[in-house]
Amino acid sequence: MSVSQTTFHTALLDPSTAIPEGLLDAAAQPAGRRFSVYRNNVAVSLTEAMHQAFPVITKLLGPQNMDGLAGIFLRKHPPSSPLMMFYGEAFPDFLTEMEQLAHLGYLPDVARLELALRRSYHAADSTPAPADALAVPPEDIMRARLGFAPSMQVLASDWPIFSIWRFNTEEDAPNPAPGPEAVLITRPDYDPIPHLLPTGGAHWIAGLQAGQTIGDAFEETAAKFPDFDLGATLALLLQGGALTSVTIERLAT
Amino acid sequence: MLDHTTRPNDLPAAPGVGYKPQHFAQILDHANPVAWLEIHAENYMGDGGRPIAQLRHLSEQFPISVHGVGLSIGGEGPLNADHLARLKHLVGWLNPASFSEHLAWSTHDSHFLNDLLPLPYTDATLDRVCDHIDQVQETVGRQMLLENPSSYLAFEESTWSEPDFLREIARRTGCGLLLDVNNVFVSATNLDFSPQGYIDAYPLEKVGEIHLGGHDEDQDDHGHPLLIDSHGREVVDPVWALLDYVLERSGPKPVLIEWDTDVPDWPVLRAEAERAQAALDRIPA
Repeated sequence: MSVSQTTFHTALLDPSTAIPEGLLDAAAQPAGRRFSVYRNNVAVSLTEAMHQAFPVITKLLGPQNMDGLAGIFLRKHPPSSPLMMFYGEAFPDFLTEMEQLAHLGYLPDVARLELALRRSYHAADSTPAPADALAVPPEDIMRARLGFAPSMQVLASDWPIFSIWRFNTEEDAPNPAPGPEAVLITRPDYDPIPHLLPTGGAHWIAGLQAGQTIGDAFEETAAKFPDFDLGATLALLLQGGALTSVTIERLAT
Repeated sequence: MLDHTTRPNDLPAAPGVGYKPQHFAQILDHANPVAWLEIHAENYMGDGGRPIAQLRHLSEQFPISVHGVGLSIGGEGPLNADHLARLKHLVGWLNPASFSEHLAWSTHDSHFLNDLLPLPYTDATLDRVCDHIDQVQETVGRQMLLENPSSYLAFEESTWSEPDFLREIARRTGCGLLLDVNNVFVSATNLDFSPQGYIDAYPLEKVGEIHLGGHDEDQDDHGHPLLIDSHGREVVDPVWALLDYVLERSGPKPVLIEWDTDVPDWPVLRAEAERAQAALDRIPA
């Protein structure tokens, strides 16, 4: 009796499936619960990977609930790559689809924040632009285009995701208050740091990432977010080493 | 058959340990007698950041063994080309002292199962494994070592013994072997064979590295001992004795301590490396 990997794989992920015939114990009897060692290894290792990837979600739901969710998730979305550092990319959308969690509407975006922190951690290294790269006349600043570090991540949410993240990772952090928040992640050294972005900050950075000048992105952002604080947003980027280049096109004379 | 290598496998015949980031500073200060480090390839396939920076730093001071856990060499389907390219990239820039993978499968239908799953030992799986190893060695550009698995069950369809199967793979592909002595002990206990008999049948001349690790104890449906290769505790005395049995026959080899779950503080891991050093020192001249 030969056992194909398709049969093995199906039985591995679905504990209600019969253990494949043709697998034996030491006395040449059916393997029985010896097969469960593999089932258990797969479930435990992938559940552990989810705990590591989503510590705040695990804290919010409680470890046992997270175990249960991870078990459902791994059967619906087995890893598509041997790189465990990227396992769980589908988790935010999976959380959105879970009706039992609909009352915790912020969970998917908190999961996205945890994924963004991990992406930042593994992103390519880069050299920040010199500190005086923006020490130019104001009219030149407005014509500048910016390059960003691969480790920089931006995430805008209808939920107070920064405050929720901080409340669950830092002692004495204030209680989250309702309202939208956007997060900027910088990695000045090797540890990603989330920052709360000023209102409109995520919109402005998106414009720059699309190739706009500081000035054009500012005009667009200020039209939508009149309170947008350009100086504070730039300072976060500079202090976090998130700017890698400043390009100023000279006007033709 | 591989006929070119950029670097021969040249780990020192001394103790090594599986590298864990929490030990970084202590390894740099108090490595002795740990003479080399092993990493899991998949943990160093990101684009940058701390893992790569630490590895680059360590590789300036220690020979590094790259141990893959995700290639699925025993898989029925083709090897994952993206993953093979990542492995080539890692081995390319790091130029490690050794590169190894497992006689196992872990990917099916593009699903990665994060475990080392067992293979039947038949002519058909032999051909497939050899084809995959040829492809790996040609792509990566150097010889690889293949590790014997821990077995919890046997396949009715198997027609080869495991040592013969590994010997034939090494003969056909030119790969070397990684002998995991704890795996031999685990499989021998679970499947009622003599671990010494296994070693006697094993082509020790092909062994480029030895692994040791801890296992858990359980029972099967009939109350038969069922050992589980967990890498979460000290190596047990019978496995140390089996290491002596191997080293008496093989001579000095690189010996690695694997400890992957419930990772202890550095002094505990280092003490295991000292036991490995003592075993190497005991080898009859």
